[in-house]
Amino acid sequence: MSDVSGTETPEADVEAEPTEEVAPDPHVLDDLHTELVARFGNELGVAVLDQAAVFGMPVVRVRRIDWRRAAEVAKGALECDYLSFIAGIDWMPAPKEGGDDAGSDTSAPVQPQETTYGAAGSDGRFQVFARVQSTSRHWGLTLKADVDEESLLVQSWVPVYAGADWHERETWEMYGFVFDGHPALRHLYLPSEFEGHPLRKDYPLLARVVKPWPGLVDVEPMPGEGADADAEADAATTEAAT
Amino acid sequence: MSTTNPPLPEFDIDPRAFRHLADAQVGVELDTGDMILNLGPQHPATHGTLRLVVRLDGERVVSADPVIGYMHRGYEKLVEFRTYPQITTLINRIDWLSSFANEVPFIDAAEHLMGIEAPPRAQYIRTILTELSRIATFVLFLGEMGLQVGALTPAFYGFRDREHVLNLIEAATGVRRHPHFDRIGGIKDDLPWGWINETRTAMKTVFDACDVFEDLVAGNEIFEARTRSIGIIPPELGAAYGVSGSNLRASGVDWDLRRDGRPYLVYPDLDFKVWTHPDGDSFARYWVRLQETRESARMVVQMLDQMPAGPIMAKVPRIIKVPEGESWVETENPLGQMGYYVISKGATGPFRVKIRSASFSNVSILPWLLRGVFVPDVITILASLYFILGDIDR
Amino acid sequence: MGLVEKGTLSKPALKPLTWLLNYSRKYSLWMFQWGLACCAIEMGAALASPRYDVMRLGVIPFPASPRQADLICVSGTVTDKMAPAVRRLYDQMPDPKYVISMGSCANCGGPYWDSYSVTKGIDQIVPVDVYVPGCPPRPEALIQGIVLLQERIQNEGIGNHELEQRWRGEPIVVE
Repeated sequence: MSDVSGTETPEADVEAEPTEEVAPDPHVLDDLHTELVARFGNELGVAVLDQAAVFGMPVVRVRRIDWRRAAEVAKGALECDYLSFIAGIDWMPAPKEGGDDAGSDTSAPVQPQETTYGAAGSDGRFQVFARVQSTSRHWGLTLKADVDEESLLVQSWVPVYAGADWHERETWEMYGFVFDGHPALRHLYLPSEFEGHPLRKDYPLLARVVKPWPGLVDVEPMPGEGADADAEADAATTEAAT
Repeated sequence: MSTTNPPLPEFDIDPRAFRHLADAQVGVELDTGDMILNLGPQHPATHGTLRLVVRLDGERVVSADPVIGYMHRGYEKLVEFRTYPQITTLINRIDWLSSFANEVPFIDAAEHLMGIEAPPRAQYIRTILTELSRIATFVLFLGEMGLQVGALTPAFYGFRDREHVLNLIEAATGVRRHPHFDRIGGIKDDLPWGWINETRTAMKTVFDACDVFEDLVAGNEIFEARTRSIGIIPPELGAAYGVSGSNLRASGVDWDLRRDGRPYLVYPDLDFKVWTHPDGDSFARYWVRLQETRESARMVVQMLDQMPAGPIMAKVPRIIKVPEGESWVETENPLGQMGYYVISKGATGPFRVKIRSASFSNVSILPWLLRGVFVPDVITILASLYFILGDIDR
Repeated sequence: MGLVEKGTLSKPALKPLTWLLNYSRKYSLWMFQWGLACCAIEMGAALASPRYDVMRLGVIPFPASPRQADLICVSGTVTDKMAPAVRRLYDQMPDPKYVISMGSCANCGGPYWDSYSVTKGIDQIVPVDVYVPGCPPRPEALIQGIVLLQERIQNEGIGNHELEQRWRGEPIVVE
């Protein structure tokens, strides 16, 4: 439960090559954070599903039904009074822009098409994750929880951290997660008539679909380049060489 | 007990019926209704496109609802379609006053994932540029908060003194703002000849400017009367809302990521003081930023003395593919705590980037903070929290 | 009197009068700064800083409201949420009015060309007279844009019918 081994790579379900070649393992937690994870594990017990250390920062995945309890433990027993953020992750690989027979969009990076999950693993497509820190103990913890794809219900952190209000509104807007217990889930960033949840991977950026990036076209020569400038440069170098 | 009133004009109705209007202490209930005032989205005092819908009872705010999103450009979606160097260009514009400071945590996160460390000279130059952008941001704040309170002169001083620092940034990076100077593995170019001496001279100007602001604005009794005890943020509530940076330090919380967080850039080698103020009101926020400007100038001078020679770029492949993994870096930006959570799947661009921006949390406390204040105090509080709309809306 | 609206001042016989009118108009522009994003700081540096002082060109920076302004400089990204406000602001200005689009976000969407919430250029909403490119354009670039606009104002009604079209608020057709 609380053994964070410092010598193995943190990703749980991924068949990836090792990420670091640096001699001291960057994923090992320092004493402060090791104590933090140990205390968290003791308080929550079975609720902790998985944990990992990512470059000195602990990531703990808790059960869906214990999401709010995890926040209460963090705020109370672990003195994490500072809420950094609450956000969502969509692990589905983005479908290729415009379908498979569209021309290649040479500007966008090509992402792998298999679904893999990151630190502390995941149960499905959606996850909610948050970070809390302590202003007095100077430690921080990243929490993750899975979100069921059909119901999209997440417990709200508003009773625990007052600042969760806006973060949860934004996450609802961007992913569609419904926060149970939030006073008023309404649009924060987008106009009220906006349809869809933009940060989901299946939400296309229409500007890229309508007009794909053409690649390098119409390159003007820089000053000093071009046919005449090349001939002059050649003449100058032959002169200098002789 | 009769006061000598002038004789009332001749009315054909009983003048005593009007007396209650002159004496508000008579318990006559006037039928009033709340007024809804819309501040923004374009308003000189809201630093951009923030809209505040306040419900007023007379001059007092009953409730305030900030409506944001007028500058929402969709950063977290856009970065999924761009490579790492392209993202570095884009994220400059999140906190558009201190552009270089936005690049630092993102590049740091990518360097963690790649296992690369930038050479020491590059780290020093990055830190100097970060502190210079902090000075540029704060000097503008010092001038422009005076403007919000009603004084026009400090704004001109702020813009003028900012130009000294922008000259330096332009000499080093090529542009006044949005430099896109940080690269995975180091920085783009080395410093030009004579830049170090120019910076020393400019820091002297910054010290003088801070003295001027302390005298002109912070020492002004009207400014003190407008800002003392206005907008007090209790430290526990501020932390629960995620208020960070100088705002939280002005409430007495001694927490600065340059000293207390995971070590980044060259801050472990520097000797600097973290300024706090116990009051938590608008004056405290002004005062803390004033001291931090001076402190940043001192840090820049220290770094110029300590700067090592050497390469400015580590060995990186030409096409940068960041290996799979997750990384989180948070830094003490001028506006507060900024962080990037980068999830990479081994491609030339990230899979998901969560951008934690400081002003988003700083502004989320406004519905609580603005209850019961007068309308001019709303402007003072907005100015003292010092948010940038790009940082709120991303 | 409606001298301008009727087209009287565009007649070649009255050219000195037209010239004088344009000369005095171009050196007394009242500029409303619709500063939205990063370009607003550069516009602020052009207007309020003593280094790039724009008042020496006759442009007065801070009108109290758009109803008192001749020139509006839209600087910064315009999102779909903000676009109705830009249009409403433009409609509030009295004729003749001019629009400068400052920065690449206002010109064409800029670095956010593929975003789901950005209006790709304000010329989709309001007619633009001068585009100032850059990200952000230097204050000198904005001043050059203003100078170009002033040249354009000087030539209105001299050899064309733009003067009365502007006065009446009609669209200026560019061939």
